[in-house]
Amino acid sequence: MKVKTPSKLEKILAAGHLAVTSECGPPRGSDMEKISEKAELIKDYVDAINITDNQTSVTRMCSLAACIRLKLMGLEPVLQMVTRDRNRIALQSDILGAAAFDIHNILCLSGDHQSFGDCAQGQNVHDLDSMQLAQTVRLMRDEAKFLGGGDISRPPQMFVGAAANPFADPFEIRVPRLAKKIAAGVEFIQTQCIYNMEKFELWLQIAGDRGLLDNVYILAGVTPFKSAGMAKYMKNRVPGIEVPDELVKRMSDTPKEKQAEEGVKICIEQIQHLKEIKGVHGFHVMAIEWEEMVPEIVKASGLYPRPSVE
Amino acid sequence: MIVADRKPVEEIIEEVKDHDKILILGCNECVTVCEAGGKKEVAVLASVLRMHFLNQGQTVRIDERTLQRQCDHEYLEEVRDIIDQYNAVVSLACGVGVQFMAEKYHATPVYPGVNTVFMGVTEERGLWTERCQGCGECILARTGGICPISRCAKRVLNGPCGGSTKGSCEIHKDVVCAWQLIVERLKALDRFDDYEKLSALKDWSTDRAGGPRKVVREDLQDESKDT
Repeated sequence: MKVKTPSKLEKILAAGHLAVTSECGPPRGSDMEKISEKAELIKDYVDAINITDNQTSVTRMCSLAACIRLKLMGLEPVLQMVTRDRNRIALQSDILGAAAFDIHNILCLSGDHQSFGDCAQGQNVHDLDSMQLAQTVRLMRDEAKFLGGGDISRPPQMFVGAAANPFADPFEIRVPRLAKKIAAGVEFIQTQCIYNMEKFELWLQIAGDRGLLDNVYILAGVTPFKSAGMAKYMKNRVPGIEVPDELVKRMSDTPKEKQAEEGVKICIEQIQHLKEIKGVHGFHVMAIEWEEMVPEIVKASGLYPRPSVE
Repeated sequence: MIVADRKPVEEIIEEVKDHDKILILGCNECVTVCEAGGKKEVAVLASVLRMHFLNQGQTVRIDERTLQRQCDHEYLEEVRDIIDQYNAVVSLACGVGVQFMAEKYHATPVYPGVNTVFMGVTEERGLWTERCQGCGECILARTGGICPISRCAKRVLNGPCGGSTKGSCEIHKDVVCAWQLIVERLKALDRFDDYEKLSALKDWSTDRAGGPRKVVREDLQDESKDT
């Protein structure tokens, strides 16, 4: 695929390398050092770092400010933006704000419902949905136009991403949904955490058969288990995540003090496996509150050193 | 219909405690059907209030009346000759009726006796669910007759979101995922291909966002003038 933006992530993908991304959640406060510390841990092992946008609807420092911090550190941020909290004026305005700091990647999301967070009594906006946000970024970038029709001076140059969950229900719309996102202008996908390899491969195969994988880069989402308890929690309590019984058993059968190590081992095996699958263009390593494990996972998976691109 | 739910009686008592001549005013339409503000509920509330004031040693006159509607001039006019006998009205109509009553009888305090909740249906006795938010630009033709504006917690027009699990919404397992319903319905209509049509940005100016709305039918206005 032709490179359309100055995004380093896009260039790495276009050059045919397996990309690696990870993510950091901003702090519940205004201390920028927290972001810098997390970023320092992983910066040499990833090509870009997602900054989450008030994830699980818990109020945090804004994604944009944290992305600017990464940018000032010379790193490559992926601005996550949810449609829950902003109308189309604010979305476009924040996109321009990010563009002003040459933030070149955006991940368009709808966001968890506010009832999960610390402001359950708040209003939600959802003026646009995630696909319409992707359309909006593409309009702003490709046509240099606002939604209202006006011209944008120095339009944003953003590589446009979205999430995909091959495991959500109903399965039959998972591929049509990917097709819709691509039609909306999405150029890269970061998937939900993959544990059920068979289902993921089936999803990719159906997408490939429809020719969809020629038009989008798929970054496979992986998350190491920190403990058997986490594996069980992910299996039973987190909507839209499928953890096969044998993985839960493997974690449970491991002595408690060795479980973290086993979790990392499983994650590395998963990456090794996924590397061989046609249509996987890279990995999104979500080590939840465990960023320090990212370097080891990346190294042991044969994804280090990271490529440099012009 | 407009679905309402009864207000806690303590809240109503707090509203009317300083008045001694109170009219409880029911409505024979939607709130009667959803058993929140019809003749029966007027009688129940009146009894509870009488009991309360009796226990408090207060002499309070509480009368009952139920109008055919509280959203039309002609029915609200039916209480014009008695309204001066009261220093408070508790309207068990929806918020529309309460306001129209207040507009018409400018010097009489009117208190709401119900919480107006949504436009919806009676699924079964004692269970009402939402179907419409009056967005002003109906899209049901495109969504198989199921409304994502009123039935999806994120009103996504290109759903479902990632939180849809086994047919349920992420906010609660008892809440049906509207987009699951839409997909099933499109299949039943042999229109599954329509799922892939991207839904354009919605014009919310016809919704609440555009400010208070009105419907003007000049043809009908002219007809009224002629007769």
